[in-house]
Amino acid sequence: MSTSSPLLRISNVTVRFGGLVAIDDVSFDVNAGELLGLIGPNGAGKTTMLRSITGVVRPTSGSVLLEGASLDGMSIDRRVRLGLALSQQLVKPLRGISVIDNVALAAGAAKTLSPIRALLHRSQAEELVRAQAMLERVGISRHANESPAIQPLGVLKRLEMARALAQNPRLLLLDEPLAGLNTKEAHALADTIADINAQGVTIVLIEHNLGEVMRICKRLVVLDNGRRIAEGDPRAVMNDPAVRSAYLGGDTMADAGQGVSHA
Amino acid sequence: MEYEISLLTSMGISVLFALSLNMITGFCGQISLGHAAFLGIGAYVSALLCQSGLPFLVTLPLSMLLAGAIGVVVGFASLRVRADFLAITTMGVGFLFVGIVRKQNWLGGEMGLSGFPESGLSRPGFMTLVLCLCVAVALLSMYVRASWMGRVFNGIAEDEDTMRVLGIDVPRYKLAAFALGTALAGLAGALYSQHLQFIGPDSFGFVESITVLSMVVVGGIGSVVGVTVAAALLSILPEWFQFIGDYKLLVYGGLLFLMMRFSPGGMAALVRRMRVAMKKESS
Repeated sequence: MSTSSPLLRISNVTVRFGGLVAIDDVSFDVNAGELLGLIGPNGAGKTTMLRSITGVVRPTSGSVLLEGASLDGMSIDRRVRLGLALSQQLVKPLRGISVIDNVALAAGAAKTLSPIRALLHRSQAEELVRAQAMLERVGISRHANESPAIQPLGVLKRLEMARALAQNPRLLLLDEPLAGLNTKEAHALADTIADINAQGVTIVLIEHNLGEVMRICKRLVVLDNGRRIAEGDPRAVMNDPAVRSAYLGGDTMADAGQGVSHA
Repeated sequence: MEYEISLLTSMGISVLFALSLNMITGFCGQISLGHAAFLGIGAYVSALLCQSGLPFLVTLPLSMLLAGAIGVVVGFASLRVRADFLAITTMGVGFLFVGIVRKQNWLGGEMGLSGFPESGLSRPGFMTLVLCLCVAVALLSMYVRASWMGRVFNGIAEDEDTMRVLGIDVPRYKLAAFALGTALAGLAGALYSQHLQFIGPDSFGFVESITVLSMVVVGGIGSVVGVTVAAALLSILPEWFQFIGDYKLLVYGGLLFLMMRFSPGGMAALVRRMRVAMKKESS
């Protein structure tokens, strides 16, 4: 691994949907080993940012670099093969197969590289062992042989994460993993995320639950209206007036004034 | 005996044809309403090559090759469109095939082709060849389903966006499914032309595409045993009941609708449910 360039570099990325500017000239770096929080109010462009990293959305200009190599123009699956893994906001397990088979499928990346290779391999034994380890890592191994269709959201969120980890990613992208969970579940899952990061996985976390974000992230990037309005130490960032007004203020001046007076 | 041998041979060809569509629709979830075109391509290639003096057995791999190659081209359509639109696109391909064949004198036009050089096999010998190929394709299907390719196909059938996030090159897998399925349809077509000694554009029209799709759906999408049994049964029904032969589109279309509405998993799912119910009663 080269030490000169960051693991992921977002360089002047702009995304336009028709006349709407969803991301406006945003740049930031993700360093190897860190747990970076990407936050911002609703509609700030966080998910669009994540999608331009994974390749679902093609930036209008700017580029995304993984260890100094450009990812621009690559399909999602090629980016995943290079070491990105995504845990989606809407959990999407395959409902026809068991929880552990879902994870094993992700662990079998070497065997599914091409159709020919996939046709020539049958055994799933190694992948099941690896999948079991991943399920233990996120704490849902007791559901291994059950169907994902009957699992509560908390388990599904962890399944999504186990599946992403099974790909052995260099960078794990988590899109609102805590959304829809109650306080206790969210707290526990945030702990799991911090543990995974402590084990050496670089993570970008998009999350609305600011309490948990402040607790586990060492560095934040804040987006508002498609622009990067702050970056740095969580506490410093949250005391930034621009960040406060973005979160507390609304679209109108009156709302913004109220927000500031409350703060 | 003559009649039974002929019946078993056509049953075998139907099973082969249905298993070929099962690769595409059953395993990989890509619907096709024009699969008969590939049966037709195999049939015409084999018939023409036989007429030009090639031994029948040599025409088998060549039929598969051309049907598979054209299948990959059609497969490219599946990369751009999904579900309903894919059904319409493949239906168009089916009509295109019939439309082209009708206007080509060297393919016999409306009248079709007949009287090809014999395979050199006796009637029972040919039947044995067909049945052996059936077993081989059924085993191949089971192998594919149990391989990593089958796991990926299954995932693509359920949710291709998720498979992309897992690093799967979805387009390549879809093309692989089309290549496999259409090549096997070409094989079935070659056997078909040799067995009937007559082929015409109407032998490979929309009705045949619906018939084979209903075999796959009735049997249970993806289930090798279910599809085999359904194809065997549904292929002999028109022989026994004149009515079904006359109203093929109505009967098979109706079956397709009923199955989709009441048991989307086909007979295989019905049997599974009955087994579970019986276990519950006995325990």
